[in-house]
Amino acid sequence: MSEQILTEVFEVEAGDFVAAGAASAQIKRILKQLSVNSDLIRRAAIISYEAELNLVIHSLGGKLILRVMKDRVVISTEDVGPGIADISLALKEGWSTASDDIRSMGFGAGMGLPNIKRNADDFEIRSAAGSGTTIVTTIYL
Amino acid sequence: MGEQTYFHSVRLNKDKCTGCTNCIKHCPTEAIRVRNGKARIINERCIDCGECVRVCPHHAKEVVTDSLAALSAYKYNIALPAPSLYGQFKNVKNIGYILAAIKELGFDDVFETSVGADLVSLYIRRELRKGNKNGPLISSACPAIVRLIQVRFPELTDNIIPLRPPFEAAAMMARERWRRSHACAPEEIGVFFISPCAAKMTSVNAPIGNARSHLSGVISMMDVYGKLAAILSHQEKLTPLPVRSFAKGVGWARSGGECASVTDKDYLAVDGVFNVIRALEEIENGHLPELRFFEGQACVGGCVGGPITFENPYVARMRIDRFVERMTESGEDDHKSEPHLDDDSEMYFTEKVKPNPIMKLDEDIGEAIKKIARIEELCADLPGLDCGSCGAPSCRCLAEDIVRGYREEVDCIFKLKEKVRDLAEEMISQADREDKVRDLAEEMMSLADRMDVNKEETK
Repeated sequence: MSEQILTEVFEVEAGDFVAAGAASAQIKRILKQLSVNSDLIRRAAIISYEAELNLVIHSLGGKLILRVMKDRVVISTEDVGPGIADISLALKEGWSTASDDIRSMGFGAGMGLPNIKRNADDFEIRSAAGSGTTIVTTIYL
Repeated sequence: MGEQTYFHSVRLNKDKCTGCTNCIKHCPTEAIRVRNGKARIINERCIDCGECVRVCPHHAKEVVTDSLAALSAYKYNIALPAPSLYGQFKNVKNIGYILAAIKELGFDDVFETSVGADLVSLYIRRELRKGNKNGPLISSACPAIVRLIQVRFPELTDNIIPLRPPFEAAAMMARERWRRSHACAPEEIGVFFISPCAAKMTSVNAPIGNARSHLSGVISMMDVYGKLAAILSHQEKLTPLPVRSFAKGVGWARSGGECASVTDKDYLAVDGVFNVIRALEEIENGHLPELRFFEGQACVGGCVGGPITFENPYVARMRIDRFVERMTESGEDDHKSEPHLDDDSEMYFTEKVKPNPIMKLDEDIGEAIKKIARIEELCADLPGLDCGSCGAPSCRCLAEDIVRGYREEVDCIFKLKEKVRDLAEEMISQADREDKVRDLAEEMMSLADRMDVNKEETK
């Protein structure tokens, strides 16, 4: 563990497509200002964008959080619900609970969580139907 | 340092600059600041896109190019017109007349840059067949976009196709053809590109991916427009030159033309530097996984919208569309031969396109983290109006400049007011102490000097 920590918390509102992408854009800007390598930026960009959109599309609102330590970048989300009933199903490529409305906007392809997992070195998800979902992803520098 | 390693063709004309801050807000890489009443371009950040050239109401941003006098240094001279030139003139029967008019400017030969585009298209198709593992292949044809990626999208530099742009391919073919037919040394041949933009001028002076350019110089389209228009107004007196390029090569003059030349599916063409930024962000986010080829052009409409073109880009685009249509319908392309270069080793980049780390705050990540925290603090404290009075494009940008050590908080006019008020209050409370009052008055005086943000340098 390293003592040098930067923490940035971004509030993300459910259904707010106007602001969608703003928080992950900030995260990208910060990472580009740090001395991290290009591959990490590429992976962190995908994770933070997918995570932010998940909050907008699927959650009732939550936070997107960036933590930077000397040896790692941690991107996590905490939302207030509605929770995921079957996590293993949600992690399957192509599986989505998105409504037709969301799908008609080009989202809900069921690639969000699998993409996040694929681009992270460590991936943790905690959720239950009726409660919030917490996702913690780590990329090592 | 920047001057030697990075030669820019967008320059400031200090006499015309009024320090008005229009340009700082329109720079896609935040490369301009106003200091002491004049704009300053930060060399390391500038990508020569020419946005500031377009937006400056006083025409204080200029593009430095070569004049026709440069032709006198060579025994023979060949002109390489960018295909965007063909969209500049009214009522031209076919491209051959424009080529003939260019020759009248004093060139020995005219070689179409669009032939270079045809050749580059063949090579891009080959690269597309090989594919790419992380996202789409990105065109290297617009040098401003390549530099934009180096500055703002460091993680996408590996996606840039390592091929030289059409004007370099055309320059190689043009010189080789003339050398063979006239049995002369390559050095005796001057090859001049007639350019719609600053970025290509910079690319000749400081090529990306290769040590040297094959061009001898770059002539501004704006500089020859008047002369060519005059010659073309009597086009019946000209004998049109044969057109060697294919319709598709000519189509590169406008956005989407390159895509149309290299693939028929999974491509995206975007024009205008701010639109390109938004599209690259989508690519960066992994939001366009099906995309295989991306063509980004800094100018609206593509090269027809270049900052040193004369005609309205939409009008020019329409004319290019007509030429392409007529060339396609006439069937003339069936009688042309595919472009070819015997020695194609110079078609590829010899050096990797590396990120330009100007956004980095510090080499040490611990220090960089501290600086980011400080930037956030400053941002929360600054007024957030992005008024530009300090000479930086936004409050965030001023905060970054402060943390980088270039500016101070009181460079913000609102912070300065606060500071002056605080000092005045302190002066009143210390009114009975003459020495203290004198110190405070002096400090106020120095702040008052600062308040005059647009004061010109007296030095």
